[in-house]
Amino acid sequence: MAEPNMYRYDEFDAQFVAERTAQFRTQVERRLKGELNEDQFKPLRLMNGLYLQLHAYMLRVAVPYGTLSSAQMRKLAHIARVYDKGYGHFTTRQNIQYNWPALVDVPDILEELASVEMHAIQTSGNCIRNVTADHFAGAALDEIEDPRPLAEVIRQWSSLHPEFVFLPRKFKIAVSGAPNDRAALAYHDMAIEIVKNDQGRVGYKVLVGGGMGRTPYIAQVLGDFVEKEDILAFLEAAMRIYNQQGRRDNMYKARIKILTNALGIEEMRRLTGIEFAEIKKAGTLQLPKEELDRITAYFAAPAFETLEDAMPSGDAAFEAWKKTNVHKHRQPGYAIATISLKPIGGVPGDASADQMDAVAAIMDRYSLGEIRVSHEQNLVLPHVRQKDLPAIHAALAGFDLATPNAGLITDIIACPGLDYCDLANARSIPIAQDIAKTFADLDRQHDIGELKIKISGCINACGHHHAGHIGILGVDKKGVEFYQLLLGGSGAEDASIGQIMGPGFTEHEIAGAVERVVNLYLAKREKGERFLDTYRRMGMEPFKNVAYGEELYAVHQG
Amino acid sequence: MANPSSQVLTANRLNDGTVLYRKADGWVLTLAEADVYDDKPAAQAALDAATAGLTRNEYVSPYLFEVRRENGVIHPVKEREIIRAAGPSVRADLGKQAQGV
Repeated sequence: MAEPNMYRYDEFDAQFVAERTAQFRTQVERRLKGELNEDQFKPLRLMNGLYLQLHAYMLRVAVPYGTLSSAQMRKLAHIARVYDKGYGHFTTRQNIQYNWPALVDVPDILEELASVEMHAIQTSGNCIRNVTADHFAGAALDEIEDPRPLAEVIRQWSSLHPEFVFLPRKFKIAVSGAPNDRAALAYHDMAIEIVKNDQGRVGYKVLVGGGMGRTPYIAQVLGDFVEKEDILAFLEAAMRIYNQQGRRDNMYKARIKILTNALGIEEMRRLTGIEFAEIKKAGTLQLPKEELDRITAYFAAPAFETLEDAMPSGDAAFEAWKKTNVHKHRQPGYAIATISLKPIGGVPGDASADQMDAVAAIMDRYSLGEIRVSHEQNLVLPHVRQKDLPAIHAALAGFDLATPNAGLITDIIACPGLDYCDLANARSIPIAQDIAKTFADLDRQHDIGELKIKISGCINACGHHHAGHIGILGVDKKGVEFYQLLLGGSGAEDASIGQIMGPGFTEHEIAGAVERVVNLYLAKREKGERFLDTYRRMGMEPFKNVAYGEELYAVHQG
Repeated sequence: MANPSSQVLTANRLNDGTVLYRKADGWVLTLAEADVYDDKPAAQAALDAATAGLTRNEYVSPYLFEVRRENGVIHPVKEREIIRAAGPSVRADLGKQAQGV
C-alpha cells in the first residue's frame, strides 16, 4: 500500500482524538442510561458531528483540506458497509456524511476513524470548521505554493482553541495557493490566498466577510500581504474582533459577513490592525519558520519519475473523459484526473462502499496512495502518470466512476435536500437528476461548455446556489416544493452573486426552464463566451423572457 | 372528507434515530398503523403525554404533523412528512419504503 505525503498525527494529535472518542463513548452511555437528557446531550453529539436528520442520525466526518490516503478511503468504505447502508455522501465542504448510523454505533465508528487519523470534531457548531483547500493543491500548474501546510497550521491553531469554541456563529476558512480560484475563497468567512509580492516574496492575502445563506456577500480584502510568520497573529486578531463584536442576539445576523458589512471593511481593517499589533507585541503567536517547515515537509512533492509529456490516445469514451476530467500537472509526464461522482441520473456526491474500495485500489496503484475530495463533490487523483490514464479510465469505468463530465452542465452540485435533511424546504437531488438527464447527450454538453449548476434545498445554501452560473433554490410554498432560478453567480476568481430571476418554478417545470435559458445562450453567445460571459453581457431580461416561456408564447401566437 | 385538523404524532427512536409514530401509549414504525387525532385537544393530549415520557429516554423530538385520510389511508399533507414516512425519494431501496411499508 502506497504511503502518500500528507500530515501524520503526532503524539498530541493522536492523544487528543483518542481522548475525545473515549469521552463521547461515555457520553453516549450516559445518554442511553438517562443520566443526560437530550438538551444536555445534543451539544455534545453536535461537537462530534452527529446530527439528527429526517430519517435517522447523520454523522459528518472531517476530511481536512480534502486530502485522503487510500487507508483512510478503505476505512470510509468499511464504515459505510458495516455501520451504515453501504454508501457515503461527499459534501461541498470536502467532508463525508453517513446518513444512517445508529447512535449506539457512533463511538465504535469514531474509534475506527481515529485508527486512521480521522474524526468528526468541529464539523458542527459555532466553531472554526474543517479548513478547505484547492483540490488540485500540490499538483496544479498555476500554483505558487501548496496551500495544505498552511491549512494544517490553521487546523492545529483552531482545533479546540479556547477563545473560539463558542463563536457567535459557525466559521469557515478556505486556503488556495493559485490565482485560479478552485476553492470558492470569496464565499468564505475568511480565506487566504497565497500570493507573491513585488519583491518576489511569498505571503498571504487575507479575505474576510464572504458567505452564502440568506444574506450572500463576496469577501473583501482584510490584508493585502501578510507575512508568513504573522499569519496566525493576523487571523487571531480578526477572530477577536468577530468574537467581541459579532452579534449573538440574532443568529441570522451573527456571521462575520454581517459584522464586516456593518462596520465597513475600512473599520474592520483598522480594528484588526490594532489587535494585530497587540498580539505581535506579546510575540506569542509568531509562527516559527522551523515549525512551518516541519509541517510543510509532510506535504513534500512525491518522488516523481522523470518523464516526458506524452498524452495517450484511446477510444471515444477515453477521449471524452480525457477532454474534461484530465488536467495539466506541474510535473512533466503527469496529470490530474477527476473522478466524477455525477453519473447521469445518480445522486451527486454519493459513493458506494464498493466504489470507495475500488478508488482506494486505483489510488494505490496509480496515484501514490492519495486522493482529494473537491467542494464540487467529486474526487481527484492528484498525481497520475499520463501513460496510466487509459488503465485508470478502464478501472473507473468498471465501477460507474468514469462519467466524462467534470466542469460540464451535468457536473451539478446539489445538497442532500429534503430527501435527507431536516432543515430543507425542498428536494435538490431529483432536480439535479432531471437536469442531468435533460442534458445527457455528451456532444450537447461539450457544445455548451463550462456551465456550473448548483442546487440548494433551502436558504442555507449548502448547494452553493448563489455561486452557480445557474443556481437553483428550493422553497416551500404551503407544503409544496417550488424552485427559484438564479443566474450569473460564480465561486471562482471572478466571484459574483447570482441574481434571482423571479417567481419559482414547480418541480416539473424547472428543468425545462433551465433548458430554455441554456438554448438562448447557445443562440446568442459570441465567440469564446461561456454561459456566464453571455449572461454578464446580456443581463437577466432576455433569459427571464424565455425561462417563463413568454417568447415561446409569442411565437405560437404569431 | 379530509379533516383539515387531523394530526399524527411522530418522534425518533433514541438509540438508532428510526422514525416512530404514536399509537395508543406506545410507538409503531409505520404511518399506516399510527393513531390519527381528529381534534386539537386529542392531539395536544398525545403530545403532552409523549413529552412527559421523554424522561424514559427511549425517543426524542416528538411533534405533531398534519395528515388527511382517504379511503382509510393516512397521507401527510406536507412533502417533508411524505418523504419521512417513506424514505429518500431518490433511493427506493432505503428507508421504510424498502421494508415494504
